[in-house]
Amino acid sequence: MNSVLTQIQPAASRLHQEEDEFANSDPAAWGSMGGFGNLARNGAIQGMSIPRVQDPTAFLDMHTDNMSSNPEAKIKIAHGTTTLAFKFKGGVIVAVDSRATAGSYVASGTVKKVIEINKFLLGTMAGGAADCQYWETYLGMQCRLYELRNKERISVAAASKILSNIVYQYKGMGLSMGTMVCGWDKTGPCIFYVDDDGQRLKGDLFSVGSGSTFAYGVLDQGYRWDLTDEEAQELGRRSIVAAGHRDAYSGNTVNLYHVRENGWEFINNYDVNELWYEYEIKKKADREAAAPAASPMAVEA
Amino acid sequence: MALYAQPPTSYSDPTTAPIEHRFNPYSDNGGSILAIAGKDFSVIAGDTRQSEGYNIQTRYARKVWQLTDKVVLATNGFSADGNNFVKRVKQRLEWYEHAHHKPMGLKSIARMIQTLLYGKRFFPYYVYNILGGIEEDGSGAVYSFDPVGSYEREACRAAGAAQSLIQPFLDNQVYFKNQQPEPGAAPFVAGNLPLSTILSLVVDSFTSATERHIEVGDGMEIYVVMNKGRTTDDLIGPGILSEGMHVEELGALGEGGGERTFLVTSPLKRD
Repeated sequence: MNSVLTQIQPAASRLHQEEDEFANSDPAAWGSMGGFGNLARNGAIQGMSIPRVQDPTAFLDMHTDNMSSNPEAKIKIAHGTTTLAFKFKGGVIVAVDSRATAGSYVASGTVKKVIEINKFLLGTMAGGAADCQYWETYLGMQCRLYELRNKERISVAAASKILSNIVYQYKGMGLSMGTMVCGWDKTGPCIFYVDDDGQRLKGDLFSVGSGSTFAYGVLDQGYRWDLTDEEAQELGRRSIVAAGHRDAYSGNTVNLYHVRENGWEFINNYDVNELWYEYEIKKKADREAAAPAASPMAVEA
Repeated sequence: MALYAQPPTSYSDPTTAPIEHRFNPYSDNGGSILAIAGKDFSVIAGDTRQSEGYNIQTRYARKVWQLTDKVVLATNGFSADGNNFVKRVKQRLEWYEHAHHKPMGLKSIARMIQTLLYGKRFFPYYVYNILGGIEEDGSGAVYSFDPVGSYEREACRAAGAAQSLIQPFLDNQVYFKNQQPEPGAAPFVAGNLPLSTILSLVVDSFTSATERHIEVGDGMEIYVVMNKGRTTDDLIGPGILSEGMHVEELGALGEGGGERTFLVTSPLKRD
């Protein structure tokens, strides 16, 4: 705990420890910062403040609903989600819902839970909205720096490791994030799951958030490696709709992305409710097609 | 021999001193704010009552702040945090202007507010912010924030004590949620409401919230930011505002890029 405190509190003195040819230069010399940028080199904000109490984490726990142990806390942080991503022969499908809840109040139905890190990388948002938004934006900066230094795009593995190393530094301090870093690098399509306790897993298929169990249910029964692009997009969409329907903390709309060799593409935004009724109508039509209406000549048993 | 024992060194370090039972630096000062974006203007409003529990501390406390010629910020939650936050934002805007010889744009202010709020991720500002104004392309815009800095651009947003009363009304009237166009009529297009309609929505939101929420009332301040070259005929002139309402133009803060900010004030019930 103390090591983390010293890391962020007197940020100025520890700012330039990283080995880098620019490390000893004055940040004021860089025009874009104009001498007034407040980002330290580790992404912490200079003078990141911590309450002067014995246990800052307990303080945060008491006043925010961040760790969900105190849902009555005054400061409500946006929560609740269904996100999923899976690899298949045509690339990566990323689908998310768009609901943010604060307690039982629907704080927003139009949240962008896919964070566009750069042209080839996507990050998903589950848990604390600010934690995901802030650190994945910061990850975007680090990925750009990697590109400039190495004249080569960063791999998904390396990018996700930058993120997991950052959140590991803050372990136990109350960050809340469950994210999938998705993209296409020279190894092909790739997904890494990264969460707030520092876990980082490579895999073919993940779903994260309060609605993930419902999404997995649909996802697992329909998943194959050789899905066509249309089938894969439909599976992602259908899984989020199922979660939006059964999980009260998920819903509103689906945002669908498809990552291919030349970067990601935003497919569309769909209303969960409208899709649900479309599926119901289709189900009814299929049922009637399978069992044609009883002939008027039939005699009841 | 030491006659007086040295106080434990831990006493000088406030993080280990054995004094504190429960550190509660937060209070809730009630009130509500809202903002709605139009095609080439933006409306940002708040009531002026400040309360703590059942006690009204003042009938006039500012919650809406003009930051630049095209940006207005509304704060809600714990007013001490809110005031301090606005002070820090204004200081950063001044620094930026000294460094770059131009005022900071709306979307940059939005991102800066995210970093300022996230800088206190472990000791949050208990403040909900709504930022409104004119974007670089001349369109009206609204950005809303949570207390630790997650943000999003929207067409309209209510926050504060009466958020749950006002937001559903706005969803219905601005986004046309749960409305069906008459058979044969053109479909609804969200985000193109005229200023006169939006002003009525804002006034109705606050008068209704005042009726049903004890922490809302006394007065309201409505800031209208207009893109350069836009007509003011729908705001200024006889018979446009209802009785008791007052409008004044706020002078340009900077060199004046042509955007104009107006302050419309109106009393609310004081009981």
